[in-house]
Amino acid sequence: MDKPFRRRDLLGIRNLSSEEIIGILNTAENFREINSREIKKVPTLRGKTVINLFFENSTRTRTSFELAAKRLSADAVNISVSSSSVTKGETLVDTALNLDAMQPDCIVVRHSSAGVPHQLAKVSKAAIVNAGDGANEHPTQALLDAMTIREHKGKIEGLEVAIVGDILHSRVARSNIHLLTKLGARVRVAGPKTLVPADFAHLVEKDLEVCAHIEDAIKGADVVMILRIQKERMDSAYFPTLREYSIHYGLTNERLDLARKDAIVLHPGPMNRGIEISSDVADSSRSLILDQVKYGVAVRMAVLYLATGGAAIGE
Amino acid sequence: MADEYGLVQKSKIMDAARMKRALSRLASEIVEENHGAKDLYIVGIRRRGVPLAEKIVARIEQLEGEKPLYGIIDITLYRDDLSTVGANPIVNRTELNQDIENKRIILIDDVLYTGRTIRAALDQLMDFGRPNRVQLAVLIDRGKEHRELPIQADYIGKTVPTKKSEIIKVMLKEYDDEESVWIYEKSAE
Repeated sequence: MDKPFRRRDLLGIRNLSSEEIIGILNTAENFREINSREIKKVPTLRGKTVINLFFENSTRTRTSFELAAKRLSADAVNISVSSSSVTKGETLVDTALNLDAMQPDCIVVRHSSAGVPHQLAKVSKAAIVNAGDGANEHPTQALLDAMTIREHKGKIEGLEVAIVGDILHSRVARSNIHLLTKLGARVRVAGPKTLVPADFAHLVEKDLEVCAHIEDAIKGADVVMILRIQKERMDSAYFPTLREYSIHYGLTNERLDLARKDAIVLHPGPMNRGIEISSDVADSSRSLILDQVKYGVAVRMAVLYLATGGAAIGE
Repeated sequence: MADEYGLVQKSKIMDAARMKRALSRLASEIVEENHGAKDLYIVGIRRRGVPLAEKIVARIEQLEGEKPLYGIIDITLYRDDLSTVGANPIVNRTELNQDIENKRIILIDDVLYTGRTIRAALDQLMDFGRPNRVQLAVLIDRGKEHRELPIQADYIGKTVPTKKSEIIKVMLKEYDDEESVWIYEKSAE
């Protein structure tokens, strides 16, 4: 397939075909090399404007997108909500229309409410890239996780992947579950019952299992993905204390030994050392957390390249 | 009978044997002009420049007993027409693993037509460093009248005058059923 991605927007993994996903990953593969050159720049998006519209705090993802845009020679602008007109009471649609009047080519948006990127896509002429909408999706995170897995395991099909932690509030978990099952992996999720709804297994058609204990999920896994305890999203008491959480669900070397000998550990960051993941595990050679960040820039370069590709919607 | 691109096969201008002799001559000319294989860096332009470059590298090794440096570039990201081609085309890997600083680069491509691919290749090379000299070898040159930029080939397999409605296809065993060079014409419908 010589033109893998013909959409204007990347709103989520849910509606992508496995061919599109593989197309994005293959493109990202070939962008990696640029990030280790002396001159980390190609002229491809020269003259294009990319706006990072972040209604939620994020240094890591925003920096990753900003670098991706700049390395493609695009002009990148960052808007963070604390300094924007939203605090003055402007509606989302008005914000979008005002930005559109400045003719951006791409808007990368992160918001605490699900569906915001989809709303923007209806209103704006720019390509919209979802950098995280509420607990719904975080497509570029799932893509960079998949790239990390592919890099170390050679494939995704047939792998057993454990996702552990606050599944309820996690857009990272949802996007990953969609992507991994579409590409033929089997996913097992585990966490406190308050954070892993029983009917979660119905999120996708198949290959998703809800486990009662972290040990059941990790046993025999090829990949162990640890989610951050999102203290800022906890509006009620989901578990007694952080210490309780780390005793029952924290990833330690002992628990990791239940997985396959060559299992790899992923974490979307930033991590709470000693809570959801022990320092030993985080700093071990099986942890690919820093690789994830490295591939993140390549994946975001690929996404910006494909989304601003000039394809009409549905071409 | 037009194919899926609306092209009709017209005539064969080179068969496998003629291609082999032309590449052999190009390799000889390259080492003659550059006084041997020292500091030579053969760079194939994706896609079809790549197998041609590999054959030239092998021939130079036979002639000089020394293998020149070898690399591959994909110029997709440096094209000047991306905004006009619809959805962005797939990008393949660039592999320039050795430093190009002070080297004599020989770019290899299958067909020289408007020269825009070579312009993109030059811009890309400059982002990697400062070569001593860059030269161009092509199997087919479609003639100066089609050039849209002041670009020339230093080594040419065969010059073939063509019309704008024609296309030259270099077929290679890596991608096609045979090794040959054909002229195709865009069908009238």
